[in-house]
Parts: sequence; C-alpha cells; structure tokens
Amino acid sequence: MRWDYHNDAPIYTQLVDQITRMIVSGSLPPGERLPSVRNFAMEAGVNPNTMQRALTELERNGLIYSQRTSGHFVTDQSDYLEAAKTRLAAEAANQYLRDVTALGYSREEAEKLLQSVIRNVEECKNGDSNL
Amino acid sequence: MAILTCNNLSKRYGSVQALDAINVNIEPGRIVGLLGPNGSGKTTLIKLANGLLTPDSGEILIDEMKPGPETKKIVSYLPERNFLSTWMSVRQLLDFFCDFYADFDRERAMAMLSKLQIDEKQRIKQMSKGTREKVQLILIMSRRAKLYLLDEPIGGVDPAARDYILQTIIGNYEPNAAVIISTHLIADVEQILDEVLFINQGHIIRHSPVDVIREEMGKTVDALFREEFRCF
Repeated sequence: MRWDYHNDAPIYTQLVDQITRMIVSGSLPPGERLPSVRNFAMEAGVNPNTMQRALTELERNGLIYSQRTSGHFVTDQSDYLEAAKTRLAAEAANQYLRDVTALGYSREEAEKLLQSVIRNVEECKNGDSNL
Repeated sequence: MAILTCNNLSKRYGSVQALDAINVNIEPGRIVGLLGPNGSGKTTLIKLANGLLTPDSGEILIDEMKPGPETKKIVSYLPERNFLSTWMSVRQLLDFFCDFYADFDRERAMAMLSKLQIDEKQRIKQMSKGTREKVQLILIMSRRAKLYLLDEPIGGVDPAARDYILQTIIGNYEPNAAVIISTHLIADVEQILDEVLFINQGHIIRHSPVDVIREEMGKTVDALFREEFRCF
C-alpha cells in the first residue's frame, strides 16, 4: 500500500480518506483488525497522534470500532460501508463535473460525454467477449 | 508541565545575536519541528538545551532543571555531526552506551541493527556515511529518554534512508517524551510533526500545530515556510 500526502489538507483528513478507500475497496476487509496506532502510524509514515486522530474520526463515521483491550477493527455493518462508498462515488462524480465544466462544457454536454464513454467501454468489453 | 522551557533566553557570539530573548514551552508527547534557514539559531538552541553552551541571559529548563548531569540522564541528543569514534565496533558502542546511560535499551538497539543486517563486529570506519547515520540514530532512539533532540537527522541521506530514519523516530520515542527535530528539509518531515517552531535571526516567529496551519491557512508547512522566509 502506498500512502500519499500531497495536498494542503490536514494530514489526518488525508489519512481518513485513504483508509476509507482501503475499507470500501475491501483491501481492509470487514472485521479485519487494524495494526496498533503506533505500527499503523509507522506504516503510513505519520505521527502517532495524527493516526489516532484519523482513527477517532473513522470511528465517528462508523467505519471502524474499537475494543478496549484488543484495538481497532473494520466494521462489518454493510450500511456504514455502503454510505461511505456512496459518498466517495458522489465526490468522484462531482469532481468529474467540475473538471469538464472548467473546460467549458455545459452540464448537458458533460452528461453526453459520460454516456458516450460508458458506451465505448461497453463496446470494448463486448468486443473482447466475441473474440 | 513542559519538558522544555525557555524564558527570555539570549545568546550572542561576539556581535552576532544568535538567540534574542526567546520564550518557548514544549509539552511532552509531541514531535516538534524546529525549522529555520541556515544560521537562524536552531543548533544554538539545541546546544543550550544540552548544556554545551550557556545562556548570556534568561534561562532554559529541562523538566524544570537547568542543563547539567541530571538533565543529561533524560535528554537523548543527536548532534549534527558524526560523533562516534570511527575505530569502535558496534559492540563496543553498545557497551559504551550501556555504561553511560541507565535508560539505554540494548535489546531494542540490537533488534534494529540486526534488521539492517549490521554485524556487531563491524567498525564505524568500515561503514558508509548513510549506515553511520543510521547507527547513530539507532543508538540515540534506543534510550528511553524524556526529550530527544535531533539536529538535522536527515541531512545527508538518500530518500530510502530518510524514510527509515523517520520510521525509526516514530517507532521508538517514548509516548510521553517530546522529540525536537531541527531541519531545513521541511517537506520531508512535515507528516510526522505535531507542531512547528519557525525560527529566524534568533527569534521564534511562529509556534503552531501543523493541523492548524493546514486547516486555517490551507497551506502545507513547506509552502508557509517558503513564504515567510522568502529570500527576495
């Protein structure tokens, strides 16, 4: 796993974002036990206090839970996972819209472009399966 | 209660005012970046904290004590230069640290050395510059100190070694100890810092948590530093 801290946002919010992606994508599966705060911080190359802050935030979002003696675990409640997935997908969609309207596209053109991209992807797929 | 306190601390070298009446408190449990351009007073402050220099006026206190034998027991100091005798072997250095420091954890040091595949019979003079820096840091971070003072720990090493050094710092400082890292390579250490001290021409011009700089100013510490220390 590669960790990146390239933007101006606080490090802990970037950690929350990256760990959320690992959880939603399944690279940190439901029920998985997370490393200790210090080891997780070492792995991510960040300050342990910052990692603690990120884990507190993830706990507040319901994506992880802590057990007093045995550490932090990824939730196995699918509604929290779904909510996080929807939020990340909506962010990606908003970003797409911002990017293409910044190029001068109208919203209608943005929608058409996306549809044609989807059609292209599907045609490619069908082409593959016919081979 | 602060582990390091400066009250109107001043130091001058001849006509050069290295530190000009600075006031600082560093709390335990924090990793603090002491950041400033060359000649800003970083090393002077660290040397005062170690008792290698004495203040002209004002005072510096470590755990409420003036620097001396008692504070050396709780301060682990990494100088900016190579301080190991090059004729010594790793084993001799381990013995040396055990003799000098009651808080030295030999097993922790040996575990880190063996992970790097450094043989205890190897002498310092047989090592590359990068390996020497790693050995120095391992020795310093294997003490269970209350205050770690690291003067330019990532100065002359490649990016992989730099990552190793930062991980070693994160993985080994005592949770209620403070770590002060002096450097001008800000982008490289930014992500492991709780707070930063900007120092310029003997003055502390900023002391704030990294999150506050990013949250309230919307900037990385590196970007803020470049603005505040612009050379033109």
